Amino acid sequence: MSLASMTTVVEPATEVAVTAQPAHWSRYLRPVLGFILPVTLAVGWELAVRYGYSNGRLVPPPSVIFRTFVELAETGELQQHAFITLWRVFAGFALGVSAGTILGALTGYSGLTHRLVDPTLQALRSIPSIAWVPLFLLWFGIFETSKVTLIAVGVFFPVYLGVMGAVLSVDRKIVEVGRAFRLSGFAMVRRILLPAVLPTYVISLRAGLGLGWMFVVAAEFLGASQGLGYLLVDGQQLGKPAQIVAAIVAFAILGKITDTLLAVVTTPFLRWEDRFARG
Amino acid sequence: MLTIDRVGKTYPNGVRALDGISLDVGPGEIVVVVGGSGCGKSTLLRAVAGLDIASQGRVGLDGDTITAPHEKIGIIFQEPRLLPWLTVADNVGFGLEHLPKTQRRERVAAALDRVGLADKAGAWPRELSGGQAQRVAIARALVPQPQVLLLDEPFSALDAFTRADLQDHLLDLWADTKPTLIMVTHDVEEAIVLADRILVMRPRPGRIYEEIIDDLPRPRDRQSAAFDFVKRRVLAALDRSLDRAVSVDERTEKAEAGAHSWW
Repeated sequence: MSLASMTTVVEPATEVAVTAQPAHWSRYLRPVLGFILPVTLAVGWELAVRYGYSNGRLVPPPSVIFRTFVELAETGELQQHAFITLWRVFAGFALGVSAGTILGALTGYSGLTHRLVDPTLQALRSIPSIAWVPLFLLWFGIFETSKVTLIAVGVFFPVYLGVMGAVLSVDRKIVEVGRAFRLSGFAMVRRILLPAVLPTYVISLRAGLGLGWMFVVAAEFLGASQGLGYLLVDGQQLGKPAQIVAAIVAFAILGKITDTLLAVVTTPFLRWEDRFARG
Repeated sequence: MLTIDRVGKTYPNGVRALDGISLDVGPGEIVVVVGGSGCGKSTLLRAVAGLDIASQGRVGLDGDTITAPHEKIGIIFQEPRLLPWLTVADNVGFGLEHLPKTQRRERVAAALDRVGLADKAGAWPRELSGGQAQRVAIARALVPQPQVLLLDEPFSALDAFTRADLQDHLLDLWADTKPTLIMVTHDVEEAIVLADRILVMRPRPGRIYEEIIDDLPRPRDRQSAAFDFVKRRVLAALDRSLDRAVSVDERTEKAEAGAHSWW
């Protein structure tokens, strides 16, 4: 094959790339696609209640939920509950991530630490984290410490597993480049291992954060007088389904916002990735 | 002066990969090692690089014994092995971390210019073609100005056209600072184009079987009769090196016969 015929193969490909660029309107329309399903369902339910097909007592229509939401927000109650819940998640997340990162990096990097520590941690991992609650209540009392600890335990395991697995699976060939440039110890970790594990690390952070939100509800179910989880329990005991749904919506919003923040903050560090991207 | 003195390598499972390799390579010399697969070519190179430690013998560079990667020895692998999270420029400057930023930038820019990739400085490794990536790897290895450059089948994953192009390019770059070059390859033509000396290795355990001086005038014409003659010699030596069944006497006879019947 000659050089000339090779260039003719290349040219149509660049043309395809140009035409494959998204049309102008679809860039703005695409995010809207995600709203079609929930909005249709909400409007449908609203209409069903309004036209008397359902009394909407147990499943309040969106307008009632919205009203409850606004009422809770106007009294400042919602913000207060949301704030305390956020604080718990962040405290537990920070603790769990720190411990998970350090232990995961150690067990990934050093075979001896792995053999010493990992079997115990894997055994602890197989205990459903909620099972710790009675013990944590005895140890740390019913206030913040026990709640934050429970969340930290929930966050710890995905982060620990993620970091350890990522360090273990760093390409030997890349590590060898570091060795050829006489890197060792901390320099090797900083310049080779850390950047190499970053994509996996971000995934485990997001998994950890998701579990953090899960465990904050569990923690707040067990004797809290504040927090979005308390709003849930309170709504159940006083028969206020709208309050329950309002709290659930608040969880959804906060969970989505924190996850998006995490993704947005980490994106600039991952621009180099050679990944499969959907159109 | 790079000195390899009776170097042997025995793996923990008892396999003897290298046995009694002795070799002196002078400054600016280009030595190419060829041999069948599993004859210990790469093992030898890794021992010189300090990535593996020889079980017996000693590798020395100007009086230093090599037991770990050395600042005066650079290595280029079969794959480019660029760090995907660094831009092309940062990859080239990877070994210059100790230099001040302005100086580092200057040397990286000069090196990228030299390998013809100045316009790719800000690109990510994933955006490069195989040949471009390997050129960045060459720039990365050369920019700390090593005294010895080791190349482990650096062009074997490239197409024939790119490979010939990079061979010429490598010689061009070599002429800048004239480091000692030790290259491992399984491409006989590549060996003849580049080498001052060709070493044919023999497997189980890996030993130097034959040394062929390649003193064709440079630049070397791949189509010339002289080139073809050296090629036949190397191929014959390779053929003999892999033929373990015949005795030493028979081998010399076969060599003469083989040299004529190869083509």
